Amino acid sequence: MIFRYEEILFFYFLFLLSIILYGQSKLQDYTLDFPGTSLKLEMIAIPAGTFVMGGNTQSPEEEKPPHKVQLDEFWMAKYETTWDLYNLYLERSIEDQEFQKSDIIKVDIDAVSGATIPYVDMSLGMGKGKDLPVGNVTYLAASQFCKWLSAKTGDFYRLPTEAEWEYAARAGSNSSYFFGEDPMALANFAWYAANSDASYHKVGEKQPNSWGLYDVYGNVAEWTLDAYDPKYYKSADKISKNPFNVPTSVYPNSVRGGSYKDDAFKLRSSARFFSSKEWKRRDPQFPKSKWWNTDAPFVGFRIVRDPNPPSAQELKKYWGE
Amino acid sequence: MPSTTINSMFNVFNDKKLKLALVGCGGRGTGAANQALKADDNIELVAMADAFKDRLDSSYTALKEEFDDTTKINVKGEHQFIGFDAYKKAIDLADVVILTTPPGFRPHHFEYAIQAGKHVFMEKPVATDVPGIRKVLKMAKIAKENKQNVVVGLQRRYQKNYIEIASQIRDDKVGDIVSGQVYWNSAGVWVHPRKPEQTEMEYQMRNWYYFNWLCGDHILEQHIHNIDVANWFIGEYPIAAQGMGGREVRKGPEHGEIFDHHFVEFTYPSGAVISSQCRHQPGTMSKVAEAFQGTKGKVETNDAGVARITDIKGSDIFTYRGENDPNPYQVEHDRLFAAIRNGEVISDAENGAKSTMTAIIGRMATYSGQVITWEAAMNSNHILMPEEINWDSVPPTQPMKNGEYPIPTPGKTKYL
Repeated sequence: MIFRYEEILFFYFLFLLSIILYGQSKLQDYTLDFPGTSLKLEMIAIPAGTFVMGGNTQSPEEEKPPHKVQLDEFWMAKYETTWDLYNLYLERSIEDQEFQKSDIIKVDIDAVSGATIPYVDMSLGMGKGKDLPVGNVTYLAASQFCKWLSAKTGDFYRLPTEAEWEYAARAGSNSSYFFGEDPMALANFAWYAANSDASYHKVGEKQPNSWGLYDVYGNVAEWTLDAYDPKYYKSADKISKNPFNVPTSVYPNSVRGGSYKDDAFKLRSSARFFSSKEWKRRDPQFPKSKWWNTDAPFVGFRIVRDPNPPSAQELKKYWGE
Repeated sequence: MPSTTINSMFNVFNDKKLKLALVGCGGRGTGAANQALKADDNIELVAMADAFKDRLDSSYTALKEEFDDTTKINVKGEHQFIGFDAYKKAIDLADVVILTTPPGFRPHHFEYAIQAGKHVFMEKPVATDVPGIRKVLKMAKIAKENKQNVVVGLQRRYQKNYIEIASQIRDDKVGDIVSGQVYWNSAGVWVHPRKPEQTEMEYQMRNWYYFNWLCGDHILEQHIHNIDVANWFIGEYPIAAQGMGGREVRKGPEHGEIFDHHFVEFTYPSGAVISSQCRHQPGTMSKVAEAFQGTKGKVETNDAGVARITDIKGSDIFTYRGENDPNPYQVEHDRLFAAIRNGEVISDAENGAKSTMTAIIGRMATYSGQVITWEAAMNSNHILMPEEINWDSVPPTQPMKNGEYPIPTPGKTKYL
């Protein structure tokens, strides 16, 4: 199925209408302080809405057909997760600190699996200094970071679904990039093959999209919650509501946004990638680590907070368990 | 490149089914067994040995699952050996042995394997003390004479970006190396806290990283990789070391007796001086890499596959990016089994011992605060690893009344 221009306009109209009908997002941006440290997590309120997910006629098959998706509101982190933030979980260095806690969900901190301290330098020489994004973490590791943060705060943090990621990346746009079609403009917004010198960079150095999200394209590619299925869009309903393709195996899971290694085409809002066991190729241990990739320093993550957590039983699906 | 010599005599290993034994069934040992079993079609794992049953069991389960659709795992219950002397029985049953216990045991295991005529893959470092080094050097000579293959897990020597740079250096692209900096700065590694039911010996064996008779300190256990690159690229071993170190951050009783940082100057016969730094401190700059300055150019290498040569002013002479290069851990085993099949001989043990020795004189220098010469250290009879050890032995390191362990003190600790 291919959409005509009028249909796309119509969907765009629906999207605007839905914002007007539902009113402005009830959620507000906020900043979470990490007690005992100078670190902060800035969260942006993302309004509920409907958008067209997927690519255009020139897109690879896995991005087709473009289809309507309706999403509830959520918050998304302004920046990709940094080594500094991830290390609070990894090293359990603030376990004695009390957060201002809500009671949206209750998770026993002892029920959060601890990632192992890696034997080698997981930045592969790119550094772990202030504001550098974490890389080489597995889906499980990224998910358990979210669970740890949920246990500390009493709010529901998780990875974004693939649909949430694309919706937030588009920020209301229906072009290839959130700023339009011209890949030459990418250098203003992204670290990618053409300008990265084959390394990730500090988060937030480039311009954000119109919803205030930085490094949506490039820098590190970002884990999403969904299993990767190249045919998933083919079976989409007329309007899919909060779609989430729950993983049933470790590979392949969906990764979005492209990285410092990728060219412009792979940075498009609709471009889809997936994890593989090649990402642990050089792990000298066996069984290979659940927590670390050894060959994917270009994959990190960005978290979301969901105001409407599912039942305790359902929660497991959102934390890679 | 590891040194190889062709054995033109007839070779009994041409197409024989090779029997493999795994001695030391932790994550690295199991990983090495996995790679060995993938390096050759006609091979089977026939024996396993570990001090602990639970480690052996989990290793066996993981390998059994991985090779489920093959006949490569053939370890009968009575060939799963537990305890300190388990290694002898396992080695006896094999043609090729993998030695991957904590490094303190390596000289004994290597000696037994070479005397029994086996081919060996062993992990670095190859000893924790000088008497151990002397033993490995003696056996290295015998292995070479008897054409037994020995691969040591200094995998940078099997990693393309490093091999490429070594060859550029041999081609005189850098001139004579006059100085260098080698780094393993990281947050540290795992800790296995004491459990109430453990004897002191069990506890130290589980939490082995923090006890020198077993581990040798992280200047040996990890930083040897970078020190070995210096020895390789310069083409010599140092004549002396002096340095400093201590415990600044990681200093609980669960951190045993090892330092959390060392900084050493190694001086080579050519006059080259290498600064070596290794650190296990969370939240500090992390860097695992090497840099060298020569009379014609400069070299930078790291584990991620980067390798670069620039001229003195910094203009590019040569850049290598090895992102899709073969996994060096697999290459080690591919080369080992190809050599066994082809009648070649890889002899890594002498270098493995000398690079371990380099790290040992570095450790002696930081612990004592004195200049340590290679020659004097080689005559040292300071023993960390006892000749005989079992579950009833008193561990060579004992806790003090407050539960902490005696820590080396520069200016007071003496070796020479």
